[in-house]
Amino acid sequence: MTATHATTDLKDAEGPAGRTGPAKVAAPRRPAPSGRALRTAGFHLSAGLLSALWLLPIALVLVTSTRTFDDIAAHGVGSWPHSFTFDSFRQAWVDGGQQRALINSMLVTIPTVLLSLGLASMAAFALSRYDLPFRRVLLLLMLGGNLLPPQILLIPVSKLSEMLGIYDQLYALIGVQVGFGVGFYVFVLHGFMRAIPGEIQQAAVIDGANPWQIYWRIILPLARPALAALTALSFTWIFNDLLWAITVLRTDTQMPITASLIGLQGQYVSMWNVIAAGSVIAAAPTVAVFLRFQRYFVAGLNLGAVK
Amino acid sequence: MALLGSTRRSRATRVPPVVLAFVLVPLLAEAFWVFWPALQGFYLSLTSWDGLSAPKFVGLGNFSEMVHDEVFRTAAINTVLWLLLFGGLSAALGLGAALLLQQERRGIGFYRAALFLPVVFSLVATALVWQAMYQPDGLINNVLQAIGLGGWKHAWLADQDTAFYAVIVPALWRQVGYVMVLYLAGLKGIDPVLYEAAKVDGATRLQQFRHITLPQLRSVNAVVLSVIVIDSLRSFDVVWALTRGGPYHSSELLSTYMYSTAFQSLRLGYGSALAVVIFVLAFGVIASYLVRAFREADS
Repeated sequence: MTATHATTDLKDAEGPAGRTGPAKVAAPRRPAPSGRALRTAGFHLSAGLLSALWLLPIALVLVTSTRTFDDIAAHGVGSWPHSFTFDSFRQAWVDGGQQRALINSMLVTIPTVLLSLGLASMAAFALSRYDLPFRRVLLLLMLGGNLLPPQILLIPVSKLSEMLGIYDQLYALIGVQVGFGVGFYVFVLHGFMRAIPGEIQQAAVIDGANPWQIYWRIILPLARPALAALTALSFTWIFNDLLWAITVLRTDTQMPITASLIGLQGQYVSMWNVIAAGSVIAAAPTVAVFLRFQRYFVAGLNLGAVK
Repeated sequence: MALLGSTRRSRATRVPPVVLAFVLVPLLAEAFWVFWPALQGFYLSLTSWDGLSAPKFVGLGNFSEMVHDEVFRTAAINTVLWLLLFGGLSAALGLGAALLLQQERRGIGFYRAALFLPVVFSLVATALVWQAMYQPDGLINNVLQAIGLGGWKHAWLADQDTAFYAVIVPALWRQVGYVMVLYLAGLKGIDPVLYEAAKVDGATRLQQFRHITLPQLRSVNAVVLSVIVIDSLRSFDVVWALTRGGPYHSSELLSTYMYSTAFQSLRLGYGSALAVVIFVLAFGVIASYLVRAFREADS
């Protein structure tokens, strides 16, 4: 099912790779070369303008983060820069507590991604490769849990973590993120693992492999594309989360980067250079993941959506 | 290995206990953090609770209070408006961008990446970037001034009339690239032969779009619609970071109102009831999602 759609690759930059899109089909009608060149120019003009418009806010925040406060105070945040410094980054990083916040974010994100994908792949393996009773019901129950609006869970979850004595601790955030996300990952991985031919597994059974070995040595490696896509995707989701964090955490020093960024905004009112630097710091890890794992990332979005 | 499963015909039928554990552990994790809290959430919506003393059962009292709650009305209207505007525009713009950028050609990767890049930002960072643009001395006002529309200059986020729309723009900026990716995948799945045939029949570009592209995208449309509705009802970060629902609740959504009611006013029962309203609004989408998933899981 899903896997076949997961092929859009932003990196497919280069030219006429054999595909005949509608525009190309229409091309012969045109008075050949000059008309074609005109159309190409028109395309690049409109696409370029659109991209520029989309990149403008990002460029602006990068520029603002390297201006001094005096410059912004004198000329306004929307003016051409008159200064250049990296001091705002130091301020956000050290004084603004972003260093601590970034560490917190990583302390939550990495274990959560590993744990939820580990658990989800086990469940998906069991549900897709064995005739468990009620397996379809279980699968949809788990997906349904992920589709619930988180708002209905906020109050009980905050009380639950208080009861467990982990309120205001990163464990609470890891717990709820794993619990809430796992259903969706199970669903996606289940679809992927079902497509793996049964013969492979039967051969392994005949060779005396136990379920753990089948899971670990055969199915998991074969599911790697889906796992990679989900890793890239879930990393950004969990890293970017705000709602769960401010629900189960209270102390500033525990907050992840998103919540800390809001704190920065309150602490450095109108010091746009510091706020911009903070935004850059908060966006850097996910942008890095995106640029590095672009293919998987985009595939993940399609995996997730084409249900 | 114990024989738990039956010895029916189909493939690997025996279910070893370790496989059962494979399902049960994740299921318990989800049950503990999601299903059990959800049930409590529904129960709490029928109570009045300050979080300290025991919840007091008030039946549907919270819901009848909503009828007279001005802020609730604003938040509900805004949420529907958000669904229509944010949802409609991100679908339209996403489809437009996908159509523009569907053909593989030189430089296409750059354009796609440019539109897609905001998708990986957190909504909080997105919100702050745009907050700088919206400042009285920010880029937007400066541009308006420069092109002779100085009269339009505005404190966009501080004005009750514009705050709501000013909040939608960053949300759109971030969502369009996502929707575009979904449509790009959909467009890629359309058989080019259909267009060839239509061309032979003399169909114009517009006719091709209406009679081939749109019908062929039906399943993607359903996906986009679901994603948009669920995202709209969950929308919280961008509003919280930009306006906290203000000024005077003009940009309040049900989700922000729920959060502030529960965790700032400490009216946990009423907050739960607001969450139930959000759930009810989302229910149709959730149900249709599951029905579709049910069919998929079967095939």
